Amino acid sequence: MGYSFTPPAKNWATEPIERTEILWIIIALAWCLFMFVWMIAWHWIGNQNMNNEAYKILPESYAKKVEDFTAKYTIRQDANDPSLPVVSPPPGSDVYLAASRFQWRPLLEIQKGKTYRVHISSLDVDHGFSLLPENINFTAYPGYESVITMTPNKSGQFDIICNEYCGFGHHMMLGRIYVKE
Amino acid sequence: MAITTAQSPFRIDPLSGLRIDLQAQALVKINAVLAVVFLLVGGAAGLLVALTRWPAVHLLPADMFYMALTVHGIVALMVWIIFFEIAVIYFVSTALLSCRIATPGWAWTQVWLMVIGAAMTFVAILQGNSSVMMTSYPPLEAAPHFYLGLILFAVGALIGCFVFWGTLVIAKEEKTYEGSLPLIVYGAMVAVCIAVFTIASGAIILIPTFLWSVGLIKSIDPMMYRVIWWAFGHSSQQINVVTHISIWYCIAGLIFGAKPMSEKVSRTAFLLYILFLQFGSVHHLLSDPGLSSVWKVFNTSYMMYMAVLASLIHGLTVPGSIEVAQRRNGYNNGLFEWLRKAPWGNPVFSGMFLSLVGFGFVGGITGVVMSVEQVNMIIHNTIYVPAHFHGTVAGGTTLAFMALTYFLIPVLFQREVIMPGLAKWQPWLFGIGINVFAIVVMGAGTLGVPRRHYDITFAGQALAHEWPGLIYMMMTVGEIGAVLAVVGGALFCYIVVGSILWGKKVPADAKCIVAPPADAGGHKEIGAGGFEAPGTFILAMVLFVTLVLYYFVNFKYLATLWTLA
Repeated sequence: MGYSFTPPAKNWATEPIERTEILWIIIALAWCLFMFVWMIAWHWIGNQNMNNEAYKILPESYAKKVEDFTAKYTIRQDANDPSLPVVSPPPGSDVYLAASRFQWRPLLEIQKGKTYRVHISSLDVDHGFSLLPENINFTAYPGYESVITMTPNKSGQFDIICNEYCGFGHHMMLGRIYVKE
Repeated sequence: MAITTAQSPFRIDPLSGLRIDLQAQALVKINAVLAVVFLLVGGAAGLLVALTRWPAVHLLPADMFYMALTVHGIVALMVWIIFFEIAVIYFVSTALLSCRIATPGWAWTQVWLMVIGAAMTFVAILQGNSSVMMTSYPPLEAAPHFYLGLILFAVGALIGCFVFWGTLVIAKEEKTYEGSLPLIVYGAMVAVCIAVFTIASGAIILIPTFLWSVGLIKSIDPMMYRVIWWAFGHSSQQINVVTHISIWYCIAGLIFGAKPMSEKVSRTAFLLYILFLQFGSVHHLLSDPGLSSVWKVFNTSYMMYMAVLASLIHGLTVPGSIEVAQRRNGYNNGLFEWLRKAPWGNPVFSGMFLSLVGFGFVGGITGVVMSVEQVNMIIHNTIYVPAHFHGTVAGGTTLAFMALTYFLIPVLFQREVIMPGLAKWQPWLFGIGINVFAIVVMGAGTLGVPRRHYDITFAGQALAHEWPGLIYMMMTVGEIGAVLAVVGGALFCYIVVGSILWGKKVPADAKCIVAPPADAGGHKEIGAGGFEAPGTFILAMVLFVTLVLYYFVNFKYLATLWTLA
């Protein structure tokens, strides 16, 4: 006799467990172990993983890298906003994107089916890298440069929006990647 | 037969039969009242957020929106909940163990520190230069008293944890109970263990951040901050999980005379929480640079999903204990007579059961799926994230706390609940509203709509992103759900305050409202097919199949994306 809020019977530790619970625990445990194995296996069987390559870097040094990268590969100014350079790096190369309040620079033009090493970092506070409409999301902080190897499998216009709150202009922070056939 | 003489600091409550320490009663009351006051503040801020993210309304200007969102996050997610949790741990450690509260002076210090701390942070945000969101990631900087308020609040809560432990020691010393701790008190103890870890993490990172804000420390490493802050930010939600599960068990006992199906199983599941639940902090760091996949996989899975296992177990054993009790009480026909004949009009029960279903199906399933290292890439920082945790914290924790409050009003405040007709509907209004919000807005999140974002139309921006029209409909329906939930929340606050102020006094000879123990009933042969709780097993399998399908749907979508390595 008793409740969940009264002390249990003296023999609670040795009471047998009812069938409903035992069966459920077996099912739940099996599923838990499956999910654990599947998450590890996706690193080999899946094509969408973070490799977690990252470096510590001073924001000033990263800004310099982005500047040099932009100067080297700029092909035009963007039609929507002529103040923004569009940069077209060769396939397989390193690409540098910088987040700062409130923009992602530079704009990119890359090719479908080709692989790029995309570096992202922030020059001031934490920012979000959200690639739409793919809906791929990463975080960028100042002082850390992360590298994600990306191979677009679709062509068209892809927008980057910031989805880590970065100040009152957060909702105006945008960038863009054009993917050509 | 309330006994309140100078000799006896206790009274015997006629409704519950509990022996209640009057000092503890005053402390539980003040913490619960402050909780409800802050719920009102947090809910009001939430209404402003909802009305701004409702595309056609778009109420506030940008700076006010980010300020309201900071208030909503801190007050609704931390202040309301932790005040109520302190009320719960004081209540269960004293009333359920017939014990006096340890060091009431320190407990009052807890109250003052938490009030002053919460008020200080609240003022800092309203002053306008601390709209840094609940997470306050440096180098984004808030005013020094923003951090100082949080630190004082945390120290207050920590004192509350030690008062709880002190009370357990007294109960043991003075032999106010026999044998092992009741399951509910055991659950509260688990919550307090997690709370101490959580609050310590908060102090470890917020104290240097405070020193940085006043210029004594040169910089705070953004990664270090995020790793340690989330040991506070996420773990504080783990305190909620453990507390509201304890409340589920408690209400099952109060309403149905239920006891756990197996003490051993339920206690082991709680123990798994102490061991593994903390690892979940990494859920927020899965798309961050500089952390290895091995570290992420180990932590995000709570070491092979051992904490998920614990939640799945409670998800079965709580309704299972209700089913067993109902069957013993005579509702033994078919698979679901026990559930159909449950008191759906009693807000203590309906609030608890909606909390259970919402937490499992909406908050729980999405939480397991979104915390997969790779799936997180399509969810991180989208509005899916707040939709998920409104399923856990609002639909789960807050609703469970509301349900318990309907029991505490007559028992602790000795007042009858006013407007019982409306009180009957209040959990439904809040529960349905919050789940509509959560489910529909999750849809918008899977299409990439960001969280914490003032203007998804990007008005006037050269690079504006064009969304599919569907997301505007989703945000509209979702925010209508949020407004319904706010109405349900406001109704709750009104009923609580009204009952305390002008509710009818409970007469001293009132009849006990706690159900008699179900295992005293004559019905021994219960269940079907050799199962004592076959209905619950089927419900659990529905949850299981939903989880498995949803898990693979997400991987199927993930597999269509750009190749990422």
